Amino acid sequence: MIIDEIKEAVSKDFISKNTRQDGRNFLQYRDITVTKNIIPNAEGSALAQIGDTKVYAGVKIDLATPYADKPDEGIIVVNSELSPIAHFKFESGPPTEESIELARVVDRGLRSSGAVDFKKLFLEEEKVLSVYVDLAVVDHSGDLIDCSYLAAMAALKSTMVPKYEDGKLLHDERPNKLEILNDVVCTSFEKISGKLLIDATDDEELASSGRVSFASCDDSHFCAGQKSGSAGFTVKEMDSMMDLALEQRKLLVSKL
Amino acid sequence: MKITKDQLLVNGKRNDGRSPDDLRSFKVTAGVLKKAKGSAMVEWGKNKVLVGIYGPGEVFPKHLTNYTKALVNVRYSMAPFCGAEEHGRSGPNRRAIEIGKVAKHVFENIILTRDFPRTQIDIYIEILQSDGGTRVAGITAASVALADAGIPCKDLVQGVSAGKVNDTVLVDLDKWEDNLGEGDCPVVVSLRSNEILLFQLDEVWTKQQVLQGFEKIFNAAKVLRQVQEESLKENYKEG
Repeated sequence: MIIDEIKEAVSKDFISKNTRQDGRNFLQYRDITVTKNIIPNAEGSALAQIGDTKVYAGVKIDLATPYADKPDEGIIVVNSELSPIAHFKFESGPPTEESIELARVVDRGLRSSGAVDFKKLFLEEEKVLSVYVDLAVVDHSGDLIDCSYLAAMAALKSTMVPKYEDGKLLHDERPNKLEILNDVVCTSFEKISGKLLIDATDDEELASSGRVSFASCDDSHFCAGQKSGSAGFTVKEMDSMMDLALEQRKLLVSKL
Repeated sequence: MKITKDQLLVNGKRNDGRSPDDLRSFKVTAGVLKKAKGSAMVEWGKNKVLVGIYGPGEVFPKHLTNYTKALVNVRYSMAPFCGAEEHGRSGPNRRAIEIGKVAKHVFENIILTRDFPRTQIDIYIEILQSDGGTRVAGITAASVALADAGIPCKDLVQGVSAGKVNDTVLVDLDKWEDNLGEGDCPVVVSLRSNEILLFQLDEVWTKQQVLQGFEKIFNAAKVLRQVQEESLKENYKEG
């Protein structure tokens, strides 16, 4: 599409001059806001915004049968929807590979970090709690992975667990908070004209040759990583992105 | 035989007798299929992976046609009988779709796609038997299959996974190390450009551990590359 080619050229032009269209430096997020409990019907919820990007996350808790290989542990399921409301390029229909990748990268970080203690979701034999984290991307102006992590994490931190009584889950009685053991946040880097920058807009993403995302669960540990796009990255670049991701961690955690 | 977590690394030896830097036995055979334009079979430890290449051919659906380069499509699929456990489901699941996507990015990098505008190149990865590390096995095989198909590429690529047991970084995880260990980090590298073309990571790692993993992976890739080259030469030997 000709418009995309123009947007790509403009983004590259700015970046080659060491600046960005919105005036930010390469390692600067747009304004971030996170609002918790925005969908009171859900057990936990949040709206995360990075610049014009908006992602809702809702947490629902249901009864489930545990997996056969982990009979004493609860379940977490992360799904995402790239709704056509969010961008003209998103279409309704079965989940695209982008949407599956987004959900799986968020899932990987939440699961690996041990943020949710699965053993505490055990109720009785053959009965555990299943935590569904659903991401609804409603406005896509870039950096969906980082924004989705913020939304999912904030929603989990606001989650109240329904009461379990006589084999049933009482959704209107939610006495206890879901215990969350650490804050998982993610910073994604885009490679544009050979340079690395964070929090790309959708226009900048058009110019990107590749992305690397690093999720961290404390000041020195990573709990998820993903490379996407055709660009290659040297070990030196990976090394510096890991440092930079940890540097951004404090800011992101302060928004949760 | 079932392996438990405390058997994964005993006195520096892994459950199958390897040391942390050792690869499992690795064999690749090019040109194993008749209809596909190029093909390869990898036997890596207990993994058996078959790759077939079709194209460059017409783009389907047509509206996706790119007038400046070839589209690359990767289908990663596990056969329902590939695991030692219960019967699997046919066709790609969510995990397989994600793997197909990141594998596609590897080949978008190395194939000279601008030589074949308005076409599509299909890479089919079939996991016939799985024992940990199937995505990297599939990609390592696919690189040989692309060469067998005569599709011009910048390099032969190699994939290896790194993992951790008791904070010791290991390469080339088998199924037990993957399931019971403390991390899985599959990586695909191009030795020619010295770049990482695929990187995924789960479980909890420090930066130093990740970097150690990269170093071991690059070393392992050199071993795999030699086997890849020999298998291609073998296939095109005169006489």
